[in-house]
Amino acid sequence: MQGGPENATTTDEPYSSRVAFEVNGASREVTLDNRTTLLDALREHLDLTGAKKGCDHGQCGSCTVLLDGRRVKSCLVFAVTVDGQSVLTVEGLAGPGELSPLQAAFIAHDAFQCGYCTPGQLCSARGMLDEVSMGWPSALTDDLNAPAELTDVEIRERMAGNLCRCAAYPHIVAAVRETAAA
Amino acid sequence: MRAFRYHRPADVADAVAVLAAEPRAAYLGGGTNLVDLMKLGVQRPEVLVDVVRLPLDTVEELPDGGLRIGATVRNSDLAAHPVVRRDYPVLARALLAAASGQLRNMATTGGNLLQRTRCVYFQDTTKACNKREPGSGCAALHGQNRDLAVLDWSEQCVATHPSDLAVALAALDTVVQVHDTDGPRDVPIADLYRSPGTHPERETTLARGTLITAVRLPPLPAARRSTYLKVRDRASFAFAAGSVAAVLDLDGDVVRDVRLAYGAVAHRPWRAYRAEQELRGRPFSPELAARAADAELAEARPLRHNGFKLPLTRAITVRALSELASA
Repeated sequence: MQGGPENATTTDEPYSSRVAFEVNGASREVTLDNRTTLLDALREHLDLTGAKKGCDHGQCGSCTVLLDGRRVKSCLVFAVTVDGQSVLTVEGLAGPGELSPLQAAFIAHDAFQCGYCTPGQLCSARGMLDEVSMGWPSALTDDLNAPAELTDVEIRERMAGNLCRCAAYPHIVAAVRETAAA
Repeated sequence: MRAFRYHRPADVADAVAVLAAEPRAAYLGGGTNLVDLMKLGVQRPEVLVDVVRLPLDTVEELPDGGLRIGATVRNSDLAAHPVVRRDYPVLARALLAAASGQLRNMATTGGNLLQRTRCVYFQDTTKACNKREPGSGCAALHGQNRDLAVLDWSEQCVATHPSDLAVALAALDTVVQVHDTDGPRDVPIADLYRSPGTHPERETTLARGTLITAVRLPPLPAARRSTYLKVRDRASFAFAAGSVAAVLDLDGDVVRDVRLAYGAVAHRPWRAYRAEQELRGRPFSPELAARAADAELAEARPLRHNGFKLPLTRAITVRALSELASA
């Protein structure tokens, strides 16, 4: 693979940019090589290593974060494009020392083994539950004009962008189902 | 990855002007395809013109009953739009059958139409590919061509167009609104894409630097009875092995009107005019649908590994139309 983390320690205009955005509620400002992805900005420049680099090509979902409240793959977002926007990572899902209901459900249901994909699963599930509450249909929704019911197959379809190499899927589905029902 | 300059244009005219002035500039939309291709070294722009914050993000009902969809409307927002869900289910279904939740939140309408083939040889800079490097040859023609074209390919290129959205828009006779240095103009989607021929590096009829600003769906009451059927190698999050967009309008059991388009068979979304012609004016039956698909596929030339696409495309034609006929 070509590319990889870029170092943006210099203001090597015009190939770098000053980027200001909000991360987990705090304002951050950093100068970055324009090639730096949001994922690398978080991990290499802001010491937020929760979001993980799996495939770095948008296929595995382990880098999922919420951008202005919507789940996205941070490996396919150039950090320079998020200037002025708001990012939520797994570190911001709950206060320090606290767990969100989703995180607690993942523990209760043993919804991970190695844990590498878990930050992405959590952020993706958080965004997905918001999509369901807005009434968004999925490919498996029979009636496009009625509110979607979050069955297990709907959860699986809506979480298809997150792979788990340990195949903890049944427990992930159980944790998401319980959180949605609560 | 090559270093690039980043530009956020003030308006559409500014974006078009930068592309006109900079020979190695490219538009950046949702980035789901371009950023990946930059990492792979397949695309190497020196300037990125980020168009996603241009005011092209609205879906507007038109006085004639049609719908105008801005180029930066995200795939997920479009699939969830109440008018799309009610009046153009084929469009909602095509969008929802594509990619994953995260990617649909990022991908734009315009970018989706201009995404590049997922032919593995195009994406691998160590392999011959006339689309990526004109004149270098086509490693796919006698290579791993299971996913590639059965219709309208050339010795120079056997790539398929990967978009599901484009297939639905082809069936709906969508008009693509574009803007270049001469200003705005309309391009019917039937005229947007090219056959590969001897210049597979040219995928559309748009001159370099042309910006898609919107797509316009004509009013089509029959589209309330429409669907998109996609077959993949796995249940979700995969490109099509075969797909069909179908609109069916019956008068009793007689086909009054029908629109059919296929994905995963050609370099462009494939509007199945011959199949439509076979169907129109005749009493609908699954056997008629099969004959119509056969008529469309009569000139297909499967490659070594993708002959399955012919019976597959035939089967999904029958299934999609039969479902609509009994709906």
